[in-house]
Amino acid sequence: MSVIKPLSGAQAVAEAMRQINPDVVVAYPITPQTPVVEYFAQFVANGLVDTETIPVESEHSAMSATVGASAAGARAMCATSSQGLALMWEVVAAVPGLRLPIVMPIVNRALSAPINIHCDHSDTMGATTIGWIQIFSENAQEAYENMFLALRLAEHKDVLIPAMVMQDGFIISHGVENVKILDDDVVKKFVGERNPDRFLLDVKNPYTIGPLALPDYYFEIKRQQEEAMENAKKIYLEVGEDLSKLTGNKYPYFEEYRIEDAAAVIIVLASAAGTAKDAIDEMRVDGKKVGLLKPKLFRPFPYKEIRDAVKNIPVIGVLDRSISFGSYAPLYTEIRNSLFELENKPKLQSYIFGLGGKDIFKNDIKQIFEELLSGKVNPEEQKYIGLRG
Amino acid sequence: MATLQEIVSKQVPLAPGHRMCSGCSIPVIVNTIIAASDKPVIIANATGCLEVASTIYPFTAWKVPWMHLTFENAAAVAAGIETAYKAFKKRGKMKDDVNIIAFGGDGGTYDIGFQALSGALERGHKFLYVVYDNEGYMNTGNQRSGATPFGADTTTVPAGTMSIGKTQWRKNIVEICAAHRIPYAAQATAHNTLDLFNKAKKAFAADGPSFIAALQPCTTNWKYDTALTMAYSKLAVETNFWPLYEVENGKVHINYKPKERKPIEEFLKGQGRFRHLFKPENRHVIEEMQKMIDEEWERLLKLEESQVQI
Amino acid sequence: MADKKGWHDLMRGADLPPATSLEYKTGSWRSMRPVFDASNCIHCMICVAYCPDMAIPITKSEEGVVGKGGRLYKGAVRLETNFDYCKGCGICAQECPTKCITMIREEEAVEASTK
Repeated sequence: MSVIKPLSGAQAVAEAMRQINPDVVVAYPITPQTPVVEYFAQFVANGLVDTETIPVESEHSAMSATVGASAAGARAMCATSSQGLALMWEVVAAVPGLRLPIVMPIVNRALSAPINIHCDHSDTMGATTIGWIQIFSENAQEAYENMFLALRLAEHKDVLIPAMVMQDGFIISHGVENVKILDDDVVKKFVGERNPDRFLLDVKNPYTIGPLALPDYYFEIKRQQEEAMENAKKIYLEVGEDLSKLTGNKYPYFEEYRIEDAAAVIIVLASAAGTAKDAIDEMRVDGKKVGLLKPKLFRPFPYKEIRDAVKNIPVIGVLDRSISFGSYAPLYTEIRNSLFELENKPKLQSYIFGLGGKDIFKNDIKQIFEELLSGKVNPEEQKYIGLRG
Repeated sequence: MATLQEIVSKQVPLAPGHRMCSGCSIPVIVNTIIAASDKPVIIANATGCLEVASTIYPFTAWKVPWMHLTFENAAAVAAGIETAYKAFKKRGKMKDDVNIIAFGGDGGTYDIGFQALSGALERGHKFLYVVYDNEGYMNTGNQRSGATPFGADTTTVPAGTMSIGKTQWRKNIVEICAAHRIPYAAQATAHNTLDLFNKAKKAFAADGPSFIAALQPCTTNWKYDTALTMAYSKLAVETNFWPLYEVENGKVHINYKPKERKPIEEFLKGQGRFRHLFKPENRHVIEEMQKMIDEEWERLLKLEESQVQI
Repeated sequence: MADKKGWHDLMRGADLPPATSLEYKTGSWRSMRPVFDASNCIHCMICVAYCPDMAIPITKSEEGVVGKGGRLYKGAVRLETNFDYCKGCGICAQECPTKCITMIREEEAVEASTK
């Protein structure tokens, strides 16, 4: 059984957290994540969950307290955006090394400067190399379901690394859509209880977590962390299959939308994929063979699987909602890397769009497709959508 | 009242084989404080001498549950542990009672960790925060901190022909913590074991956050003979440089009043970090220091006498 | 590096079981050695409380041990310094109220023991 509720993306994630009923939730507000912690705080205030919350004084302390709670043995969560992620970055970077399965919803927002509260992916793209699982969500429904997927994945005994569940700031976090909500009991059974093999509150079995490791051991310990990331890729699909039985939805590494016979494909993350689908449907009516590939799992990145999926596509446009200054854009980089082994590579074009919340419209997508279909692409050139000259 | 025999007979949390400097008093502070806990303890440790020297992988000196995360967040980590403990208690996942302790050096407390400490005190987590105060960033070789005393030579504010070293007095961390209206805050030392033990007892019994600042003479960077650690700890108290006092529910109680306070020179002499003060042209610095110490002591006496709440 | 474990064999996340530092003998740092004269000890426990290296073991003695003035000292009594860990800082000798600990150069101690 499930019910349909009109929810914003922020509400949907808070609803998932209500159903998970973590031991500890650490809250510090930042636009546009604020409604996530507000809705959750209201659940606590109304007794809908018996989670202990810590309303901390900064994001640095938010992640620090979450880590303390998680190391103590609790299922612990916090949520953030942009500057908040930047402020807690030092601690965020330490979590995978400690092998703590913290799940953190992220509401993507542009990084300062200039200060801006709207969506782009520059916040989480700055945290792709440190060992967090990263799952992007197109809409509130995906954000809701990805929370359960991320939790089971992070806490899996062969994984035990943290996970971020992303949704686009304002576009998704504050936009209301119908979301299919699972029964509380179904979620409770799916997520179970965290069952750590060692934890600080187990005072009869003391251990040390977070020692100093010098050149003789640091490298070895980081190699273990990479193993966990490799395992996460496999187990993502297993957990996804389990979740699929409850939701009826699929949890592949990426969604393929009308790409089987496509002459041109756009690859884009998150909410812009929805816009692209509309554009594709309309262009298909006009006989244009266009399609979409939307990565869901960004870390670990499914290079081989993407290569196999797009190897026969003549031309691909990769749309990034952030710039990696002085290098190829983050998603474009990954797609280029995915294609390296192919002898006959698809043609590629990199586009930057939507920084600081600038809208991307269906017509922008259509124009990109027309450009791709014309074959006039240059893999060395980074193009900008909707930018005034 | 516990005796020294009773205190040393308690199980110590630290095993030998740690790599704190010869003559370092941090382990003494840690052992004495934890001896005062009649419950199992869980430790959150800020980056610093204690953390580094007690856990060089694959060696850890800790016999008790211990965690290090980063430099400036021991209080926030402890808050997370304490909240997990509350959640486990509420959900029936745990029966044992525990005491949660955060240890930080003065850099991790007065300076970079100050915000996390203030936040944790304000929220009222039940934990003990201990600063082992060696008056500078000693793990990295004597850099200035907010706890470094007036006139001290550090590598970031060195003494020189145009410099007396640090020109500011240290933060009064005990009163700052007490001003959060926490039930217990105290100033203690490494050498006065009974005083430190009793303060830790009161701290653990407090219904809310508690704070202890323990002076920890640093043989390496105060630059004195390793045997003299406890001697300098005593001199800090006998000169009123570091009075032993506590603030219970906002009210000051001085635990020890020297019958005749010694001149500050007695604490300064023999310490390499103050050697430059004994040059004739720097006499005025010692005089100024003496004046400040005496004024602070008078102020403390008034606080005790008036019982005005901090 | 031969005796060091490879990455497959280390505990996850650099976690460590308790008190592995016992395997790290800091006694090798010592340049001065405390020589303990049990006949002059009053077992006050000051040296034990002040030892930064937990290198002065104690035991509980019901029958008592002979110390200063030929007296029997019962309860917590100190034993010989544990030279596996003593770093030779000299705090014990400095603070001993009966001066029953003296510091000698480590080489002298080694010479004396090999004679």
